[in-house]
Amino acid sequence: MIPEFLLRAWLAGLTLAVVAGPLGCFVVWRRMAYFGNTLAHSALLGVTLGLLIGADLILAVAAVAIVVAVLVVVLQQQRRLATDTILGILAHASLAIGLVVLGLAGSVRVDLLGYLFGDILAVRWSDIVAMAVGGAAILAFLAAAWRWLLFATLHEEMARAEGARVVALRLALMILIALVIAAAMKLVGILLITAMLIIPPAAARPLARTPEEMALLAALAGMIAITGGLALSWYLDTPGGPSIVVAALALFVATQSTAALRAVLIER
Amino acid sequence: MATAAFDPPSKPLVAVRHAEVRFGRVVALDDVDLTIRPSEIVTLIGPNGAGKSTLVRLVLGILRPHRGRVERRPGLSIAYVPQRLAIDASLPLNVDRFLDLPHRHSRGEKRAVLGDVGLGDVEDQALATLSGGQFQRVLLARALLAEPDLLVLDEPAQNIDHRGQIELYRLVAELRKSRGCAVLLVSHDLHLVMRATDRVICLDRRVCCAGAPETVGSDPVYAELFGAGAAAALAPYRHRHDEPDDRRVVPFEARRDGT
Repeated sequence: MIPEFLLRAWLAGLTLAVVAGPLGCFVVWRRMAYFGNTLAHSALLGVTLGLLIGADLILAVAAVAIVVAVLVVVLQQQRRLATDTILGILAHASLAIGLVVLGLAGSVRVDLLGYLFGDILAVRWSDIVAMAVGGAAILAFLAAAWRWLLFATLHEEMARAEGARVVALRLALMILIALVIAAAMKLVGILLITAMLIIPPAAARPLARTPEEMALLAALAGMIAITGGLALSWYLDTPGGPSIVVAALALFVATQSTAALRAVLIER
Repeated sequence: MATAAFDPPSKPLVAVRHAEVRFGRVVALDDVDLTIRPSEIVTLIGPNGAGKSTLVRLVLGILRPHRGRVERRPGLSIAYVPQRLAIDASLPLNVDRFLDLPHRHSRGEKRAVLGDVGLGDVEDQALATLSGGQFQRVLLARALLAEPDLLVLDEPAQNIDHRGQIELYRLVAELRKSRGCAVLLVSHDLHLVMRATDRVICLDRRVCCAGAPETVGSDPVYAELFGAGAAAALAPYRHRHDEPDDRRVVPFEARRDGT
């Protein structure tokens, strides 16, 4: 018999994995890993502001992350600084501002570790419902815009020449990533969020021959990682979020080494 | 306004008029005119940095001129084959799925267009495993699936060997005949595209000379821009052009020996 809190954690994790897999593929294809990290850094500012004004923390984190995402797009339009410089500035600025504001608001007590590493076992049913609804909306958008997103990922100018609104697509992707990061914060924590966007697609890559296959396999890899991580956490009493990331890593190592082994064997 | 008698027979697909484009203080295009009419092949040639790609981006609508204007026929559909298309190794993409970008097509349509560009059974092959020539043909096939009014090819033959280049340009000329779409070609190599093109625009930030390929080839401005050798290199070709049944293009080495 599975205890209810474990069932809740598992369902929340599966919901996250199903969305993070396909979305994470775009993060990998477009080399946006550092962008994901920047949004994750800004999450602490979101938490602080949310606590100060008494707003829902997930909404506050999503709002701050979306502001940061828009700032990235706006700053990219000037062409003097490279994107990784812009991201570095925004990541560390938002983290520092978050900590400074936290220090100023001395009266607010925050469980910093809880936000940094998440607490998947504390997930409530209402969180799961919200994640499922939001996740379904994100997947619906990805499915509808799939070919245009892929086209713009391949070559922005070619896509623009043939009618794609590439800046709008890029902004939409960034906002979706911001939303997923806000939702995932409770589960795996600020420091490990991007892992759920990057490791499952990377683990799926050697097995996939088409973008769609990679998206599906990434979702599957994420689900396996969630299941394995929670099992690890349950039997060995390890922290939930990190255990999930370790399980994802194990999958990545397995698919990569299988692919490498196969390449060696075929060459012989 | 020109009087009716001087109006062209068909409305242009794209007309660039007195376009000026600057990047900072650098003038990339200065008072450039370009019209592309239905089913004609226009070739843009010019040295590196002449503004060829900038002009292409004006035509594609990716860039706006600082002065002058670009008129596009309403409802014009353009397909674009870019100069380079680097596919990130993290993105698994086979020919079949690539041809579905941005619009889905049936298996039969895709097979037919691959046949049109002279490719066989490559649908399931990963794009990364194709040769340079095959890859260019796949790019061309994808562009053709949209049934465009205007096909824009930016230096399509860059990473292909000489023989492959000649075949590619011949293919473009054939496709224009069978499909009736207009083509805007960018090249820095006039003798390669001569037979495939109706009109040549020689660009060096402004339009230096324009007209039929033979006319441009013998223009002193062209010789100045590309060196006397390039103009002389065209001479044997023009000679062969007089023989209607000769479809061969003289290879570069042979041409050099002949001059």
